[in-house]
Amino acid sequence: MSTAAVLTPLPVLIPLAGAALTLFAGRRPRLQRVITLAALCVVVVVCAALLYLTDRDGTLALHVGGWGQTVSGMGPLGITLVVDRLSALMLVVSSIVLLAVVFYAIGQGIRDGDERQPVSIFLPTYLVLSAGVCTAFLAGDLFNLFVGFEVLLSASFVLLTIGASKDRVRAGIAYVMVSMVSSLVFLFGIALVYAATGTLNMAELAVRLDGVAAGTRTALFAVLLVAFGIKAAVFPLSTWLPDSYPTAPAPVTAVFAGLLTKVGVYAIIRAHTLLFPSGGLDRLLLVAALLTMLVGILGAIAQSDIKRLLSFTLVSHIGYMVFGIALSSQLGMSGAIYYVAHHIVVQTTLFLVVGLIERQAGASTMQRLGGLAAASPLLAFLFVVPALNLGGIPPFSGFIGKVALLEAGAQNDSALAWVLVGGGVVTSLLTLYVVTRVWTKAFWRSREDAPEGHLSGAAPSALLDEPDDIQFVDRDHVGRMPIGMVLPTGALIAVGLTLTVMAGPIFGYADRAADEVLDRGQYITAVLGSAE
Amino acid sequence: MTTYLVPLVLIGGLISAGVYLLLERNLTRMLLGLLLIGNAVNLLILTVGGQSGNPPIRGRTSNGETTTADPLAQGMILTAIVISMGIAAFVLALTYRSYRLTTEEEVTDDPEDTRVSQLSGKEASALDEDRPHPEPARDTDLPDELDALPGLEGSR
Repeated sequence: MSTAAVLTPLPVLIPLAGAALTLFAGRRPRLQRVITLAALCVVVVVCAALLYLTDRDGTLALHVGGWGQTVSGMGPLGITLVVDRLSALMLVVSSIVLLAVVFYAIGQGIRDGDERQPVSIFLPTYLVLSAGVCTAFLAGDLFNLFVGFEVLLSASFVLLTIGASKDRVRAGIAYVMVSMVSSLVFLFGIALVYAATGTLNMAELAVRLDGVAAGTRTALFAVLLVAFGIKAAVFPLSTWLPDSYPTAPAPVTAVFAGLLTKVGVYAIIRAHTLLFPSGGLDRLLLVAALLTMLVGILGAIAQSDIKRLLSFTLVSHIGYMVFGIALSSQLGMSGAIYYVAHHIVVQTTLFLVVGLIERQAGASTMQRLGGLAAASPLLAFLFVVPALNLGGIPPFSGFIGKVALLEAGAQNDSALAWVLVGGGVVTSLLTLYVVTRVWTKAFWRSREDAPEGHLSGAAPSALLDEPDDIQFVDRDHVGRMPIGMVLPTGALIAVGLTLTVMAGPIFGYADRAADEVLDRGQYITAVLGSAE
Repeated sequence: MTTYLVPLVLIGGLISAGVYLLLERNLTRMLLGLLLIGNAVNLLILTVGGQSGNPPIRGRTSNGETTTADPLAQGMILTAIVISMGIAAFVLALTYRSYRLTTEEEVTDDPEDTRVSQLSGKEASALDEDRPHPEPARDTDLPDELDALPGLEGSR
């Protein structure tokens, strides 16, 4: 067996095995942490190796259990895992983010005492979530993609409602219902695709869907797009996100914001390029992208809670990626791929910083915050770098991604594309306005000027928190920021800066990934052999 | 290939009933709606998996049919059933928890959402955290201030 064949299933297997082990080690928190960190470290290394291998050798396909092409003329019988440059990049970025966030969660937990909880389920569930995310990125057939979604969703249900306080149950119920509807729509789409083609293997589908009538094809794409659109939070389907994410604990929100919506975006890229390359719904997607950007950012302006505000910017920036995808051009696709990588990192970092703000200042709403720049210059620095990055200030990666997308829009030269370019610029400016507003309120003015500045949350808490309000002055001194929380946040900022400093090679990689994604031949050959 | 109408009508009926139930706010009904839609989709997969009556084992005949039945459809349905069972259990647990916490099992609006959406014009700018707190000038030595009762200065 080649190295690639050994490495490909590992990003799924290692977290799952780790989850089982951590469950057994439920009563020994320290062992649990060691296992989790070790598993995720190995995953990062494996994903990096896969990135290198795919960039060198092109698309890798693995037929699990050797159930490959057994009868000529028929596709593979078993589950196929496929890694191309796009999925390898997604895997690397996600695994880095997963590692950083679990480090942060552990750092917070150790410091603020989550050892009182009888059975610690956070880490096992987190590992299952990681396995689900990796499955979705590796899936070579639609049903396996569905299973990947279900694995990560089930884990996310548990993480979102962890502690089962009143707020979380309320948010969790809405989230569970919406996610289940999207899963059912996806399953419905799978049934229809199966009816039309008799296969679910993506490479084989790519070949067979060409023979399906154009109208049927568009209908199939539309059904799948609704399912993926709910997961990715594209405008008319995005309202669930800002309601459910902010109530979860900070590390959970961070990893959800970074990864879960991007899995949806990844699925849209796959469906759009591999299965339905005719671009029948591009105009619809462009309009959806415009509305996602504008409605999202206008929602963000109205918020006073920083977590909710960031959730709205998250929705808004999904619009950029959909914009790049819908342009169906090479530059648009590479811009979208780069932007996904950038956005995963920067959005996660911002949510981690808000977790720090909440811990240090006892609040995450701007009505209570103030004076943080003076109180903790380090925290101010940690906030301002990713914030400017999100707003698209020139040296940072957000700017590079946006420039590529706007250039692709200009290249497209249709009236609608120009409207989107305009919308993109406006959204970028409004994002800058929004983060500047957070900066002036929470960091610059003094806390006495905040309308509720005298109030604060009762105690810093890790995973369980009951919102009790006390007078800010009565609050126990929470001390310095724990190194276990600052370090991963700083590391993610460094990753974000690497995306800037190494923009040349990384964008070159995104370019090659876009080439590979748009040229379906490589994917099909890798999976089906040259018989096609 | 002949298509039978009955399963398709049944699927349509189940999905409409499911959607109707999902639009309720009561959690038990929403869950029932989800289950109905799930069953409808499973039935759809079964229907598209080919005609009934084919032998399940390769190389056998059953009632004159020789084409092997499609095992993949059954496999997918099985997976989907297991998943929806797990989720249903989770939703039931959440419902119970919600009932214990709030003595109701309804989906409620997001309070923060409601708060933000009710802000309008003046209130929104009042929320705006940097409103200065105008301290009423307490003793300006203007004629009417001098006439004011002690403790009520600045009442102007």
